[in-house]
Amino acid sequence: MSNNEKIRIENAVKVFNVYKQELRDSEEAQDDGSKAHVDKPAGLMDRNRHRRRSVRRTQLYALRDVSMSVHMGEVVLVIGPSGSGKSTLLRCINRLEELTDGSIWIDDICVSDAKTDIRKVREEVGMVFQSFNLFPHLDALDNIALAPIVVKKNDKPLARKKARALLKRVGLADKEHSYPAQLSGGQQQRVAIARALAMDPHIMLFDEPTSALDPEMIKEVLDVMLSLAEEGMTMLVVSHEMGFARAAAKRVIFMDEGEIIEEGPPEKLFVNPDQERTKRFLEHIL
Amino acid sequence: MAQNRIETSDATLIPKKGDRQLFSAWRISFFGAIGILIFLVVYKPDPFGRILLFIPDGIVKTFQVTVFAIMLALVIGLIAGLGRISRVRVINRVATVYVEVVRGIPLLVQIFYIYYALGRIVRIPDIASAVIAMSVCYGAYLAEIIRGGIQSIHPGQMEAALALGLSRSKAMRYVILPQTLKVILPPVGNEFIALLKDSSLVSILAVSDLLRRGREFASQTFLYFETLTVVALVYLILTLFFSWLVGLMEARLNRNVK
Repeated sequence: MSNNEKIRIENAVKVFNVYKQELRDSEEAQDDGSKAHVDKPAGLMDRNRHRRRSVRRTQLYALRDVSMSVHMGEVVLVIGPSGSGKSTLLRCINRLEELTDGSIWIDDICVSDAKTDIRKVREEVGMVFQSFNLFPHLDALDNIALAPIVVKKNDKPLARKKARALLKRVGLADKEHSYPAQLSGGQQQRVAIARALAMDPHIMLFDEPTSALDPEMIKEVLDVMLSLAEEGMTMLVVSHEMGFARAAAKRVIFMDEGEIIEEGPPEKLFVNPDQERTKRFLEHIL
Repeated sequence: MAQNRIETSDATLIPKKGDRQLFSAWRISFFGAIGILIFLVVYKPDPFGRILLFIPDGIVKTFQVTVFAIMLALVIGLIAGLGRISRVRVINRVATVYVEVVRGIPLLVQIFYIYYALGRIVRIPDIASAVIAMSVCYGAYLAEIIRGGIQSIHPGQMEAALALGLSRSKAMRYVILPQTLKVILPPVGNEFIALLKDSSLVSILAVSDLLRRGREFASQTFLYFETLTVVALVYLILTLFFSWLVGLMEARLNRNVK
């Protein structure tokens, strides 16, 4: 692989098994297995209506043959309608979801290989969630210091000192003893970013970091992300924030139904996309 | 104090702490029970004063059985509760079978069983077999509460911990279990109180707990009505004391939340 590729995804396929429990007529099960009779009560004496409970497995393709790469220091934005597989793509990179087929490489480590010690990889890949997922029983400082203390075995005063510096960096120096419930959404998300940064990651994954925020709080989070991008952090961001994309992203990837439809620089993709599907999607979100 | 409270909406199901008044249900029952007991002893010291002097070592025994059983039940419950959510099938099945079997047998039968069956194999003191029986039984109830508590924590918490590089067991210890504690405290408190009351079942064995001491006194004097009144009042005072303790712990754990 070329030496400045940070993340490489090759032919990634993710299939979710969806189990549906339903009542079926045993007779009709053979021809089409339709759910048409579910609501009809079975007659007591009606012998033809033997019903059985059956669990049907359907397969949902969240990713079908996705290949892409992110270079060192690059900021890549992933957009797409809900259910298009963007979050799944992100979650496969630090193996919160197991890939069904294909492979994902971070530097020279194959993440999708079951033998890889994923914990080592996760330490170096920070992740920020849509719903923040701060630990509610710890204050802001301990939220940030927990992983360095527990995983990296840093001693507590050192980890706290570093956590304080990180809080200052995201503009929350005065909130170190506030608990998540006492912080606004924007503040919580900034603490979450600081928490991810505390592990000194090389790569940051952002899973819709501003989607759960009030409009006036979005900017404070994006500002932190922008400053990260300026420092040369490799970032893969699932987000629909056009402003952020224009300011920081080198490439935008548009996904739909588990496939990459189109990718290109933001100026091009937002203004003059090649694909009809991209155009339609952009009309909706603009 | 009341001024600082934000007005709660109609949708609030339980009155908030600030809404409790001087005559709360707990105060009425607790001080009521103590008042009645004092009244009885002062008004009729002959039977009631003598009963009260006769039973204190029963109270101590009841207390001992309860406290030891709680501690052992917590250990068993935590292990079995974690076993119930284990992804290792064998552990999971063993824990589930334990819970199902123990929950399905009456505590009294279990107490007898452990006393006689275990007593055949090893010689153990009566009080120990009582504590074992109680904690095996309540361990199963606590296991279910702990399992429910762990499962009530949002999966995003585990994900966030894993994404930071924590192992599953460390995530459990530092992230999930501390949050579980707050969720399970009220039901666990209920179990403690139930355990305290059920500890009266061990009076069947030769353990001279509160109830047994009362019955000893009554069988000597034939004052069943008076004795059982005092015994009931003492149990009530003890359980209310426990529920106050649980409330105190709850308040401590809820400090951090708005």
